[in-house]
Amino acid sequence: MENLVQNIINALQWGSFYALIALGYTLVYGVLTLINFAHGDVFMVGAYIAFFSATFLLTTLGLPGWIALALCIPLTMILTAMVGVTLERIAYRPLRNKGAHRLYVVITALMCGLILEHANLAIFGASRKAFPPLIAEHVYTIGGVTFTNLKIAVIATAFLAFMFLHWMVTKTRVGMAMRAISYDKFAVPLLGIPLDQIIVVTFILGSGFAGLAGLLFAMSYPVLEPYMGALIGWKAFIAAVVGGIGDIRGAFLGGFLLGTVEIMVVAFFPSTYRDLIAFTVLLVILTWKPTGLFGIAKTTKI
Amino acid sequence: MKRLLTTLSISCIAMIMAVPVIAADTIKIGFNLEMTGDIPKVGESSKFAAEMLKADINGAGGLEVGGKKYKLEFIYEDNEAKAESAVTTTLKLIEKDEVLAMIGPNSTKQAIPAGQVANDNEMVMISPWSTNPDTTFNRPWVFRAAFLDSFQGPMAVNFAIKTFKAKTSAVLYDLSNDYSKGLAEVFKKLFEGKMGAGSVLAFESHGTKDQDFSAQLTKIIAAKPDFIFLPDNYNQVALIVKQARQLGYKGEFMGSDAWGSSELMTLCGKDCVGLHFSTHYAAAGATGATKEFIERYKAKYSYTPDDVAALTWDATGVVLKAIQNTGGLTGKLKKDRKAIRAGMAAITSFGGITGNMKFNEQGDPIKCGVVVQITKNGEFAFNESICPE
Repeated sequence: MENLVQNIINALQWGSFYALIALGYTLVYGVLTLINFAHGDVFMVGAYIAFFSATFLLTTLGLPGWIALALCIPLTMILTAMVGVTLERIAYRPLRNKGAHRLYVVITALMCGLILEHANLAIFGASRKAFPPLIAEHVYTIGGVTFTNLKIAVIATAFLAFMFLHWMVTKTRVGMAMRAISYDKFAVPLLGIPLDQIIVVTFILGSGFAGLAGLLFAMSYPVLEPYMGALIGWKAFIAAVVGGIGDIRGAFLGGFLLGTVEIMVVAFFPSTYRDLIAFTVLLVILTWKPTGLFGIAKTTKI
Repeated sequence: MKRLLTTLSISCIAMIMAVPVIAADTIKIGFNLEMTGDIPKVGESSKFAAEMLKADINGAGGLEVGGKKYKLEFIYEDNEAKAESAVTTTLKLIEKDEVLAMIGPNSTKQAIPAGQVANDNEMVMISPWSTNPDTTFNRPWVFRAAFLDSFQGPMAVNFAIKTFKAKTSAVLYDLSNDYSKGLAEVFKKLFEGKMGAGSVLAFESHGTKDQDFSAQLTKIIAAKPDFIFLPDNYNQVALIVKQARQLGYKGEFMGSDAWGSSELMTLCGKDCVGLHFSTHYAAAGATGATKEFIERYKAKYSYTPDDVAALTWDATGVVLKAIQNTGGLTGKLKKDRKAIRAGMAAITSFGGITGNMKFNEQGDPIKCGVVVQITKNGEFAFNESICPE
């Protein structure tokens, strides 16, 4: 029983990262029907930006940990959002304006991801970075269940991020415009909705939260390397698809679902079979509901 | 006409083949190293140590083989810490760079497939760091400078039983890494042999790119082992030890030689202080030639050389000795490579900075190992020396 509760906490923390990254995939897909494969690497860039801002704030300015953290969060989110918007501006928009097929944009996204990885490798070298501790971690044990203040913060942040994005998309004018463009990309701009601006907002949101995920990830797993975003990015993409890509609730639920499946398989089966069983479960879900848990069937998809 | 063409093409090929023979005043040795990828510090240490040795020998006029002095040329290639890249890198060194012998790869994951290629192409390869038996097994052209997992396994078992007074244990290893998996299996067999079946309470694995180990660790901690055996690369050790502490584990860890990178303590910090692992040499408290090597390396690259650096130094030394044993190079690649293989076999004993080694018929050295403990300053301090019986 204690083990089960412990594993639920483990799964919530691990799922939070999938959920935060999957939100970025789903936002961009929802608006542009573009699978932004560079998103996992934007997450990695976010972690590195967090690393450099944290080191700068802590050592150069000598600020105490909690102030550094408070400044690090907006700084990382803004800078990572800028990276995401830059990608959109220099890589995706020119293709879109030329009327290129979506397939080419997806390939471009894949290449952008590789460019980010290898640019990082070229500039900062292959040796890993150790993320400086921003807040003192406390280990609490209640009834045999162990957790830290950081774990709780990660889980809470994921939930807050989801609620914010869900409110943004369903309740605000920008959100309404996003949904409208998602519905019809050709007619809606004729009604006076600025397509490019809405797309920029989408990238700001998606990349900003990838940056936040990067910061939290770097705090939880303080070893950074250029390829850290690739695998988790793909898995988060799978989570978004299983949840029903294009739907905020789907991405959030899909992220936690994948996290839970991965952790629980290890908890109750030999860990050797983790990925085998985890992805079989996801495959079964997709066979049963090919558009994902919240997805709606559309005629064209990649 | 046809005959003319054949003659022409044969003479063409002969001319192409003849080019390297003319430029034979240098000895080319290839290095197949992990310079990027998962364990970049390993490749860097290797390269730095080799550069130091090269500067020494070339500074003294070169390597004397059969009365003639040769300049050394070392060619460093990156295998990205991937098995498939290690294979293409080996082929490139054999065919394009035409090296006489190859040092590396260091890590077992790369050394096993690369060893196959080197053996098939009949060129001497020596892995400084690989400890898995399969690297050299039934491969007359492949050697190593490190001890074997079949020796490192008992070292860890005996040390833990004696020092931790352990009756039970748990293992967490990297499933996709031959080194980690092999060592974990050796350990399990031996520990259960000594402490009875079922004394390894948990035997869990993870993937190479994993960053979260909470589920495996929860399972291990719930089993309440006396210590956790962790034959993993240093980058994962840093994450695993930290996460185990966050899950409330206060007990001991026992590590293997893959821990021994100078980067371990920058990544792991205070969580790793006080832990033990088995390795090839202890930098803190070394004497003689080992001490001289450590001091020179430290002065040049401003950090303490890890075991890979020391082992590369020895491995390169062994190959150079084998080249000297040939008694003179002909300049013909195939013939010289064969002569070097014979030269390797002729080495009965080699006094290296990681201890004296003798090679057995499998190309494996028989040498002593040490168990070190991580001090507060992040040094790997000598704790106990264990020699083969």
